[in-house]
Amino acid sequence: MRDVGQHRIRVVVAKPGLDGHDRGAKVIARSLRDAGMEVIYTGLRQTPEQIVTAALQEDADVVGLSILSGAHMHICPRVMELLRERGLSDVVVVVGGIIPDIDVPKLNAIGIHGIFPPGTPMPRIVEFIQQQVGARVD
Amino acid sequence: MRTPEAPSNVDYTRDLGDPGVFPYTRGLHPAGYRGKLWTMRQFAGFGTPEDTNARYRALLAAGGTGLSVAFDLPTLMGRDPDHALCAGEVGKCGVSVASLGDMEALFEGIDLGLVSTSMTINSPASILLAMYLVVAERQGVAWSRLNGTLQNDILKEFIAQKEYIYPPRPSLRLVTDTFAFCAEHAPRWNTISVSGYHIREAGATAAQELAFTLRDGIEYVQAGIDAGLDVDTFAPRISFFFNAHSDFLEEVAKYRAARRLWARVMRDRFGARDPKSWQLRFHAQTAGVSLTAQQPYNNVVRTTLQALAAVLGGAQSLHTNALDEALALPTEAAATLALRTQQVIAFESGVTGTTDPLGGSDAIERLTDALEAAALRYIERIDGLGGMVAAIEAGFPQREIADSAYRDQQAVDRGERLVVGVNVGATSGDASVPILYIDEAAEAHQRRRLAQVRSRRDPATVEGALQALGRAAEGRQNTMPATLAAVRAHATVGEMCDVFRQAWGEYEEAPII
Repeated sequence: MRDVGQHRIRVVVAKPGLDGHDRGAKVIARSLRDAGMEVIYTGLRQTPEQIVTAALQEDADVVGLSILSGAHMHICPRVMELLRERGLSDVVVVVGGIIPDIDVPKLNAIGIHGIFPPGTPMPRIVEFIQQQVGARVD
Repeated sequence: MRTPEAPSNVDYTRDLGDPGVFPYTRGLHPAGYRGKLWTMRQFAGFGTPEDTNARYRALLAAGGTGLSVAFDLPTLMGRDPDHALCAGEVGKCGVSVASLGDMEALFEGIDLGLVSTSMTINSPASILLAMYLVVAERQGVAWSRLNGTLQNDILKEFIAQKEYIYPPRPSLRLVTDTFAFCAEHAPRWNTISVSGYHIREAGATAAQELAFTLRDGIEYVQAGIDAGLDVDTFAPRISFFFNAHSDFLEEVAKYRAARRLWARVMRDRFGARDPKSWQLRFHAQTAGVSLTAQQPYNNVVRTTLQALAAVLGGAQSLHTNALDEALALPTEAAATLALRTQQVIAFESGVTGTTDPLGGSDAIERLTDALEAAALRYIERIDGLGGMVAAIEAGFPQREIADSAYRDQQAVDRGERLVVGVNVGATSGDASVPILYIDEAAEAHQRRRLAQVRSRRDPATVEGALQALGRAAEGRQNTMPATLAAVRAHATVGEMCDVFRQAWGEYEEAPII
């Protein structure tokens, strides 16, 4: 087990699907970096396979997905499935974007608990990630 | 406080002019909205063409005066619904249009000779325009009668919205092809809507929105001239699209500064002689980015103020966002309320009785001057970088916008910028609103229809048309005639875009955080 006190949290921020609205992804990436995390931003139009490969190669603690297109119920289950297949079940997955309430329990059920709609203060996301990764390392 | 006796340093004739008089700071028409109201144009599209056709008919029946097509991401990115990258995206953010039959279904029962239609499409813009022209032809409507607007603004895609396919230079060539084609065949069609909206949504300030949009406009005019066109043949059909954001007075001033700056650029920089070339006409949309998922009913109030700013700034056309759009695409009830918001401003508020009612106010004139000056400084910088394409390739506007977006988020997080329901007046357990849920049925339907189209058309005709399109792309002739032929042969958006991909390659950006 890594010592959480020494460990710099590594986050892959990804923009899956065809959508190009990247304001949120970029603001999050910068905020997490300023909070002391190591951030890898994948850029646009990443497939679930590319995202999970990046998580593996970058030894990520966290994968952050930015989805505004309504395709989250297609993309998120696929990312979770691939993470499991690659032995990365302990990676914390968080999702930001336009996620209707009706989908929140469905995302919770596949293991995604950090769901951040428009208007979420950045410190809340930073805190959530620190707690989740801390709990996992402990 | 400044007094009316000590106004800003404005020369009335030089800097303002009466409404309808150069430099049009106070508006394009002497009578303002007393002569003609703005077009109430609600952006809509979702699911199958049939789903969206029903919404259009509802909007027109409710008093909407123009249509505005939102295409789905596969269409915007030039991919057919059965492409692997499109799984889960078909019909989600807009309507899926893959071939001529879809376009016909979208406008079924709507007379294209009577309605004015705006189409938000960029990389594949010339293809969707060709489809619209062929649908008109099949309805028996002459192209010369068509009214509407093609967004066709690829530069802001590289800068902000990122729905690009090909590299900037061949993309610009497609734009000038539509300029030349429409000047000859569809003279009332607005060939481009130079868009600051997405630039602002991506995080730009008002001054950056103004500057980058007008500098994009300059790039298009120069591209048209470089393609051998006389400026006055195509410049009158250039239109603009701005955001209507929350800082009320700043927004009113922004539209006034835009008109003045553009009039001077067109007359003095490009030597345009037709006053129509000097006149900046614009559509406005209220700021999607200002909507909050928290306390969604507050969004109605925000949208009303933003729409009023656009009206006081002299918009020719307006879209008001619906209260549920931080959560999903709008329900019909929410979209209708958004339209009603415009109608209340138009028919009840009385503001339409006076043209440029805030003109002459010291605060407005000073803000107008300041925004124009800030925009001119950016325009000079971009000129110095070698123009907008060169600036994009250097990442300049992208970096400026990312910095502004980050500063804005920090201001909200620190409580320096207040957002009601978010960092002031926040409550737990916000009211929930009904939302539109788009299931996977549209995707299955569109894939079935695509398979039918492919099986029913004549393969040799399609193949020949696509090869001719490839030759046009690789050569120098206008691509529009070959595009029209491919559309008539029922070639798909994905197939036609693949031809261009083959000829020009695909653009990839270096992400800037």
